[in-house]
Formats: sequence, C-alpha cells, structure tokens
Amino acid sequence: MDADFSINLLVLIWPVLIPLTLAALTACLWRSTEAQKIVGMIGLAFILGSAVMLVQAVLRYDVLAVEFGGWEVPFGISFVADRLAAALVMITSVLALCVGIFSLRDIRQLHVKAGFYPLFFGMIAGVNGAFLTGDIFNLYVWFEVMLITSMGLLVLGRTKEQIDGAVKYALLNLFGTVLFLMAVGLLYGAAGTLAFADLARILPTIEASPGLIGAAILFLCAFGIKAGVFPLFFWLPASYHTAPFSIAAIFAGLLTKVGVYAAFRVFTLLFTVDESGIREIVAVVAAFTMLVGVFGAAVQWNIRRILSFHIISQIGYILMGLAVATPLAIAGSIFYIVHHIIVKANLFLVAGAIRRASGTDDLKKTGGLLKSHPWLAVLFLIPALSLAGIPPLSGFWAKFLVIDASFKGEMGWLAAVALFTGLLTLYSMMKIWMEAFWKVPAVERATPRRVPVFMSLPIAILAAVTLTIGFYAEPFVQFAEVASITLTDPGVYVAAIFGESTTELVRAVE
Amino acid sequence: MTLAYAAIIAILAGCGIYMILAQNLVRIILGVSLLAASANILIFLSGRVNSEVPPIIPSGAEALADTAANPLPQALVLTAIVIGFSLTAFAAALAVKAYRSLGTLDTDEMLDAEALGAPFPVPAASKTVAAKTEG
Repeated sequence: MDADFSINLLVLIWPVLIPLTLAALTACLWRSTEAQKIVGMIGLAFILGSAVMLVQAVLRYDVLAVEFGGWEVPFGISFVADRLAAALVMITSVLALCVGIFSLRDIRQLHVKAGFYPLFFGMIAGVNGAFLTGDIFNLYVWFEVMLITSMGLLVLGRTKEQIDGAVKYALLNLFGTVLFLMAVGLLYGAAGTLAFADLARILPTIEASPGLIGAAILFLCAFGIKAGVFPLFFWLPASYHTAPFSIAAIFAGLLTKVGVYAAFRVFTLLFTVDESGIREIVAVVAAFTMLVGVFGAAVQWNIRRILSFHIISQIGYILMGLAVATPLAIAGSIFYIVHHIIVKANLFLVAGAIRRASGTDDLKKTGGLLKSHPWLAVLFLIPALSLAGIPPLSGFWAKFLVIDASFKGEMGWLAAVALFTGLLTLYSMMKIWMEAFWKVPAVERATPRRVPVFMSLPIAILAAVTLTIGFYAEPFVQFAEVASITLTDPGVYVAAIFGESTTELVRAVE
Repeated sequence: MTLAYAAIIAILAGCGIYMILAQNLVRIILGVSLLAASANILIFLSGRVNSEVPPIIPSGAEALADTAANPLPQALVLTAIVIGFSLTAFAAALAVKAYRSLGTLDTDEMLDAEALGAPFPVPAASKTVAAKTEG
C-alpha cells in the first residue's frame, strides 16, 4: 500500500468516519451536556473540513473509489465519490454546521440529555454514507442508519404530538425500507451482483424479466416513500412539524433528498427512464407532487406545516429532471437539490427564529416582526423568495434550468405545472411575510424578544450561500453539468471503477 | 422447490400487508415484521437455494466449485434480520410509549400530531380518550 492509496482512502471515508466517531464520543460524554456541545461543535468543523477535502479530491480526479479490505468491486463493498456525491456531502456538512450552531439555543437541556448529539451525528454519518456508498445493499444499510437515528431525534421531546408523529413516520418508513429490501433481493436474483458499477455493466446485457421490472417498480416506490412524493408523502406532513426546529430543519434539508439521490443513482446508472414506462410514471408523479404539496401548504396557517408541505412540492421540481432525463435536465436537478437543501433548511431555522421572537408559530397570532426585528425580515426574504424562484436568487436558476430542460425535452405541460406551482409557492411565502412580519400584531409586546446571535448567525450563513449561488451561478451550473455526465453516461462511472485499480486511477490522472 | 418458496413468500407478504391495513398499532408492527420476513426469504431465494455444498475453496483450487452454495445471500439476510430486529424493537417501544401517553393503540384515534397547528379543529386523541373514560 503506497501513500497515494492511503490518501485516497481517507478522503472518502472521513465524512462518514468523523460523524460516527463523534456519535460515539458524545455518547460517552452522556452526563456532561456542556462537554457534548463543545465536542460537537469542534467535530462539525472537522466534518466540514473533510467535505472540503473530498470536493478538492473529486475536482482533481473526477471519480474516486475505495474498496474496503482490498476486495475488488463485485466482491467487496466500495465507497465511490463522483461530483454529485461530493457536492451533497459538502452541502450536508455546511448544513450540519449551521444547524449545530442553531441548536445551541434551540435544543433544550431535556433534548440534549435524551441524546440529541449522538443521534444527530449518527444521522449525519448515515446521510453521508448513503451519498458515498457504491453498493446497493450498503445503501440500504445507510438508509436504516438514517431511519433509526431520525426516529430517535423525532421523539426526543417525548411530547404526545411527537410520539404520534413518530408512529406514522416510523411505520410508513419501515414499510418503505422493506420494499427497498425486496427490490434489492429481486435485483440480486436477476443480476447476481450488488455493486453499482458492476450492475451498470451487467444490466444492459440481460433481458428484462418480471423480476427486474418488479425490482424497478419497488425501487421507485421505496425511494418515493423516502423522498415524500405523491401519493406516498403522508408521513411527512404528519411528523415534521412536531420536531424541534433544528431537527425539523436538518430533516427537511437532508432526509427526503437522500431518497431523491438514491432514485437518481438507480434510475440513471441501473435502469433507464427511456422506453420503460418509468418516464411517464415519474413525470405524472412529479406533477402531482408539485401541485398537491403546494395546495396542501396553501390551506395551512402554521409556519412549520406550511414549510413541511413545501418540501413535498419542491421534490416534484427535482423529479422533473429525472422525468425529462436529458443531461441538461439532470444537471438542473443536481443544481436544484443543492439549492433546495440550503433554502429549505434555512426556512425552518427562520421559522425557529420567528417562534423565538413572537412566541408562537401560528401565523394568526404573530405579527409586527418587521418593526421589531427588521434583520430577521431580510433574512426571511432571502430563502423565501429563493424558494419561490424570484431572480436573481438561487431558486430562480434552479427552476430556470429544470423548466428550460422540460421545454427542450418536449414536456411543456410539466413545465407549465412547475410555473403554476411557483406562483402558489410565492403565495405561501407572502402569507408568512404578511402575517408574521407585516401585519399589526394582535397583542403588542412592550419589549420585543431578542433572537440570540447563535440563531441568527447560521441563518445569515445559509442566506449568504443562497445569495452566492444566485449571483455567482455560473460555476455552480458548470459543476452540475459536469456532475450530470457521470449520471447520464454510466460508462464513465463504470470505467472509473473498473478501468484500473484505485491506486492506478490516481496515478493515471497525475 | 422454488415454487414452494415463492408461495411462502407470497403468503407471508400477503398476511403482512393484510395486517398492516389494521387499525391496531401492534397488529401493524407485526405486519411489518411479517413483510420483512418475506423480504428476507426473497433474498435467500434470489441466491438460488439449490446447493448444500459449503462455500469453501478446497486446498489447491483457485476458486469455488460451481456446485458450491452462494454465501452472499446469507450474509445479506443476516444483516437484514439484525436491522429489522432493531427497528421492530424500536417500533414496539414506541407503541408502548404511545399507549402510555396517548392512551390508545387505535391509529384512527391518534390525532395529536394532526391537531398541532391544524387549520381545522381536530380532536386530539389523548383528550377524546380521556373524555371517554371519564364519561
């Protein structure tokens, strides 16, 4: 084993290994909540550092792979990082850091004592593992790591609402993972292998069999449940609004996107959406997901509930890219995922700040925040207008890319649905603006409540990221376009894994 | 043999889904466990269960004999069983907690999360159950 190989290996596994270590460390420090906080914050900086290193490595070598225990790809489990995976790991760590800072003021002693930090880091490990794994059964394992830690996070407060929400969250997601497991079984029966790269090589050579079609449909359902698409989203608005704001923010940003990511991997590398009927299914599902989500949000008066329904409608936009499936559309979706993770999580954090400032998250009872917290109003407008797709914020470019791709891919009707949904999204955001910030509150407070710095700082960081992506979109769009190549052309992915062994791959590029 | 396995998978999955459709939380959890069991057998069957030759490379040979059993599905099933067990344990603990704090195991009566910030009036389960016991 030479130096090149060990550098390569560490870059890939740090984003998973560090959170796992932190989960163990914070669990050991169970009694001292202060120590857990300190270790947690330092650890989050390390996670961010590891993600930066991964992105640098991927920019240099395109696709990186590491085989554990030296077992070559079809036999051993591998971690693979292409641009998409690296970008998502990067965004995950930025988000984890911001939510971590926010949680210092949002998460109460009760939650920390119930094990917030170990579960939080466990979940980050699960999310990063799911992004980086190169093996479909291993993906299932990371899904489960994510699921069990997120269920723990959901019931930390042990309120009646949380337990009720967790029951629905747990059962529907358990059902989803069983479908995933069945799909893996059928796929293994048909192809005899589980590594993505090997499957991408073998599947085009075997004829469609009932088992393979069944596997594809089950994957679609399983990832659909995880991603919260129509008509499988019911667990999401039933549970997300019960969690504390920090936890809801990290759920909203990451969990559904892991489902979307898995769908993109499986339906580009393994199955194609062309000529298989899947394109039509995904297109219709995407349209209904957008509409149902946005209509669901329109009737709500609780900020968290509005935002929960908007997660669903935004997933529809991302799926549009998969339905159109041209390289341009996939690139648009990748850009959209990155934009959406930042913006959605930030809106939940802003909701937490609104709650802190006005004492409630019921829009009918709040008001007057523009006068008492003008900076919070600005910080709300950035992600809110970005979510609705107002230029020049990041959401505009994201929507522009997927809608443009739909028109070019002869799916004009889908683009029309997306534009209509954008209008209703703006309606919901304006509702929050009018009610929470603009209107005169029912009961004026003599002294306005202060929003702690640790709450406004992460909101400002995420808003800055949104502004950066918005005003300086070109490099991000280019990155997404290059990233879409490994998805739309499985050959690149396969060649990177099988072309040479990892050490030689690194040397070859050098 | 394959048909027999397929029939068992179908029966288990069918029973599982039937029980998931129930209103009682405990029945639903049992249903998910049955479904998970059927998924495990499915993986097992996918690995072609037709050999009893242990997957050990004889001394001197380079690879497994063609007749050897496939060890991979067993590893997969083992992993899936362990994960499934922990998730079922969590779900069972959640059911106990739900019964203690909400006072019911009937999913139709569990409306506490629905009532939180709902735009329409929703009777919270814990309250309706309390009202019932008082009445």
